[in-house]
Amino acid sequence: MSDHEYVPKSKFGKWFNDRLPLLSLASHLTDYPTPKNLNYWWTFGGILTFCLIIQIVTGLTLAMHYIAHADLAFESVEHIMRDVNYGWLIRYVHANGASMFFLAVYIHIFRSLFYGSYKSPREIIWIIGIIIYLLMMAAAFMGYVLPWGQMSFWGATVITNIFSAIPFVGEGIVTWLWGGYSVGDPTLTRFFTLHYLIPFLILGLVVLHIWALHIPGNNNPIGIDVKKPSKDTVPFHPYIVIKDGFALLMFTIVFAFFVFYSPNILGHADNYIEANPMVTPAHIVPEWYLLPFYAILRSVPDKLMGVIAMLSAIFVLAALPWLDTSKIRSAVFRPLYKQFYWILVADVLILGYVGAMPAEGVYLLIARVATAYYFIHFLIILPVLGSKEKTIPLPLSITEPVLESSLNSPIIKKKESLN
Amino acid sequence: MPEKKIKRREFLYTTSYAVGAVGVGAVVWPLIDQMNPDASVKALASTEVDISLVQPGKAITVLWRGKPVFIKRRTPEEIDEARKVKMEDLKDPQKDEDRAKDPEWLVMLGVCTHLGCVPLNDKGDYNGWFCPCHGSHYDTSGRIRKGPAPTNMEIPKYEFINSNTIRIG
Repeated sequence: MSDHEYVPKSKFGKWFNDRLPLLSLASHLTDYPTPKNLNYWWTFGGILTFCLIIQIVTGLTLAMHYIAHADLAFESVEHIMRDVNYGWLIRYVHANGASMFFLAVYIHIFRSLFYGSYKSPREIIWIIGIIIYLLMMAAAFMGYVLPWGQMSFWGATVITNIFSAIPFVGEGIVTWLWGGYSVGDPTLTRFFTLHYLIPFLILGLVVLHIWALHIPGNNNPIGIDVKKPSKDTVPFHPYIVIKDGFALLMFTIVFAFFVFYSPNILGHADNYIEANPMVTPAHIVPEWYLLPFYAILRSVPDKLMGVIAMLSAIFVLAALPWLDTSKIRSAVFRPLYKQFYWILVADVLILGYVGAMPAEGVYLLIARVATAYYFIHFLIILPVLGSKEKTIPLPLSITEPVLESSLNSPIIKKKESLN
Repeated sequence: MPEKKIKRREFLYTTSYAVGAVGVGAVVWPLIDQMNPDASVKALASTEVDISLVQPGKAITVLWRGKPVFIKRRTPEEIDEARKVKMEDLKDPQKDEDRAKDPEWLVMLGVCTHLGCVPLNDKGDYNGWFCPCHGSHYDTSGRIRKGPAPTNMEIPKYEFINSNTIRIG
């Protein structure tokens, strides 16, 4: 990469850069060669960084007014909404920001699934991403507990009770998590502490995620390696910066729509009732972004097995680079995988839908079929597809499809025989 | 001579690591144990309840250690129903006689053993309790009959101080 030759122009710059090569890093980031065929699905990395920063900034400001105590938390949130200058705005941005963060991360993950971005040599980027996703879920769950409404309290009760499924030590672990014999003040205080900590852990992992990305460079829509950097790539700045910036602008329009026009549509009315340990709301549902996993948990009639199925649904993703045995990255050249990909998308959406419905009758049946299919996709279809699928021949380079008309047919013939 | 030296070094490595591990453990344990219930939480371990106003067939809910406790005054029919059940029909076999010292009074933790919600009284397929969260059905003895919950609702330690008062815990 070009940053090795980078020499600052000014004398002071050179003096500084010899001692701490920050200018070399900046030069690497601006010149970073990016495949020129990246489409808008690649802009969500930047959007996610934006979401993280928004959550940290609004979270810090909310923490200046919030009180993490079981008797005061609910009131302090209402105090933020009614008395604190722009408190309503900051809280609505933070609450909807969590949903926007997950919206963006799901698009980011499904982009990776479509274009095979998790495959060699990008396995570590993918696994760091899965860890970030797990931390996001932990942060979102604990953040949802902080307003100390009915959904906060009972959501916390149900989720922490998942650990009680562990044989022998489960009950002890749950008591330890609670700091008592039920969810209460000690639980709230520690959840606040951890909710404050996790975003900074995520920030550190994002740095590793990007560092690991900059070793092999970006994947791209046709999923083949960059052959000639001068022809196949463009520098990150200004090309990708402008494209990411435009996508971010579009994204913030959606974000602003939720914040200003329907700030509570993604929440639950029950959470505006203060936590009451004596009464469980009639219908407990987690936030929308956790619904598919909730559906998997409920579709298994046994407590421990339900918990194992739910956790496996996430951990199976970490093994994906080895479960998908096909060497071809992009679904563009995998006609069968492309169809199974869209079935999986539908399957996850169905799981999300039945996760929000009561666990009985036809919904339970659908949830069971969809849960089974989810695991069949990753554990059976993907490993088998790698050897059985007849793939479409790959282009020779990123530039080739663009210049295809100028290429003579013998080259294409030759390429096909190689495959 | 050289052989002896290596043995001495290995001994030093092993003992250093062992002492280091014990030291790390001793330092980490307070940081973990601080999260367990503290002395003020443990001090609230028992509560006394006046049951003189509870009518037959009705139940009251009291808070003990932050958890709801159901105190149900059962009707003869409900007791009958609970005692007639065959053990092989139960997921977590337990006699009603072992759950209610005084058959008229059922005292149990109002916490679903699935994921901790509070079940609703007089609901479900077995005329006992029904958990709205994930659909567990309990009978008139609070035993699990249908649904994802693995065990019967728990019976806390309690005693009758006199005919009108129960001490839980």
